[in-house]
Amino acid sequence: MASASPRTDTSADGDIDDKTPAFHDNQGMVVSNPSERSRDQKTLRRLAQNREAARKSRLRKKAYVQQLESSRMQLTQLEQDLQRARQQGKYISSTGDQSQSLSGNGALAFDAEYARWLEDHTRRANELRGAVNAHAGDAELRIIIDGLLTHYDDIYRIKAEAAKADVFHILSGMWKTPAERCFLWLGGFRSSELLKLLMVKLEPLTEHQMIAITNLQQSAQQAEDALSQGMEALQQSLADTLAGSLAQSNSAGNVASYMGQMAMAMGKLGTLENFICQADNLRKQTFQQLHRILTTRQSARAVIAINDYFSRLRALSSLWLARPRE
Amino acid sequence: MDMVKDLASKKAAVIFTKSSCFMCHSIKALFYELGASPAIHELDQDANGREMEYALQRLGCNPSFPAVFIGGKYIGSAKDIISLHVDGSLKEKLIQAKAIWF
Repeated sequence: MASASPRTDTSADGDIDDKTPAFHDNQGMVVSNPSERSRDQKTLRRLAQNREAARKSRLRKKAYVQQLESSRMQLTQLEQDLQRARQQGKYISSTGDQSQSLSGNGALAFDAEYARWLEDHTRRANELRGAVNAHAGDAELRIIIDGLLTHYDDIYRIKAEAAKADVFHILSGMWKTPAERCFLWLGGFRSSELLKLLMVKLEPLTEHQMIAITNLQQSAQQAEDALSQGMEALQQSLADTLAGSLAQSNSAGNVASYMGQMAMAMGKLGTLENFICQADNLRKQTFQQLHRILTTRQSARAVIAINDYFSRLRALSSLWLARPRE
Repeated sequence: MDMVKDLASKKAAVIFTKSSCFMCHSIKALFYELGASPAIHELDQDANGREMEYALQRLGCNPSFPAVFIGGKYIGSAKDIISLHVDGSLKEKLIQAKAIWF
C-alpha cells in the first residue's frame, strides 16, 4: 500500500534548491541548510510513519482474516454436528465443546427430538386426513387414531426425561414457535381450551356427548387451576426465601444462613419437574377421555382439527418472524 | 399404621400432606374447588408426623404425600387424583362417600 498522502508529493520537492549553499558536516555527509533540513526530516518522519501504519494495517487485516477462516471452519463443523444430531435424534458434542454445560446439550437434544416427533406427528395426521377423505372404514381409522394417541405418549416421555436435565428449558417453551408460546401453560397447551375449540368443530354431537365433553372441559379446567395454584404457591415461597436471604449482612453466621436459604430454594426448584409431569399427565388423560366419548369418525375429525389448529399457529409464527421491519 | 387408618376413616375425605409440598397445595386446592372439605394432616407439622409417614409408606402409598383417602380407602397420590378427576371417577367417589352432594 503506497503512502498516498498528497502532501508527501508536494513536499517531496525536498528537492534541494540548487542555489542554496550546501555544506558538509564532520562525517562528510551532505546536509542541506537548516530550514531545508527540518522540512526533510518532517517528510522523512511522515513517510516512515505512513510505512509503519501501512505495515500494521496489513498485519491486522491478516489477523482478522485468520479469525474469519477459523470461525468458518467451526461453523461448518457445528452444522455437520447438528445435521447428524437431527438424523440420530441426539446431540453429538463436537471437538472443543466439552466445556459446554450439560443443560445446553440437553436443550439442543430435546429440540432435535421434538422436531423429529413433530414431523412424525404431522405425517400421521396427514395419513388420517387422507384416510378420512378416501372414506376409509372405522376399523382403519381406529388404527391410525390409536397410533396417534400412543405417539403422544412418546413426546410426554421425552419431555419428562428432558425436564430431569433442564426443567427451565421445558418450562420456557422455547422449543415451541413464538405464537404457540403465547398460550403456554406449564410447558404445553391447555387441554380445557382445546376442548372448547373442539366442541364447536365437532358439531353435531349427541346431547349425552355434549354433557360429557362439557364435564370433561370443566374437570380439565379445575385440574389446571389447581396445578396453577400450586405453582403460584411455589413461586411465592421461592420469592420469600430469596428475599429473606437478601436481608443478611456479611457476618459469618449470616453467610451460613444464606447458604441454608439457597439450599432451601434449590429444593423448591426441584419440584418444578413434578408440575410439568402432572400437567402432561392431565393433557394425556384429557385426550384419552375425549376419545372415549367420541365415535371413531368424530375422533378422526378431532385429531385433524387439533392438528390444523397448531399448524396454523406455527404458520403464524413463521409469518410473524418473516414480517418486514423498519 | 392404625393411627393412619384411624384418621383416614374419621372423615369422608382425608388427605395427608406436607406444608412444604406444593403439589399437596394443588391437590388441596382441587378438593376445595369441588366443595369437599377434606381433613388435612400435615406430616411435617404433626407431632406424630414421622410415624404417620412411615405408616403410609408401609401401606404402599408412593409417594407418601399427598395421600388421599376417600371413605376410609386409599385412593392415590397427585397423579391418580388428577387422572380420576378427568374421567369423572373422583366426583363419583366423593359423592358415594358423602363428601360432596353433586
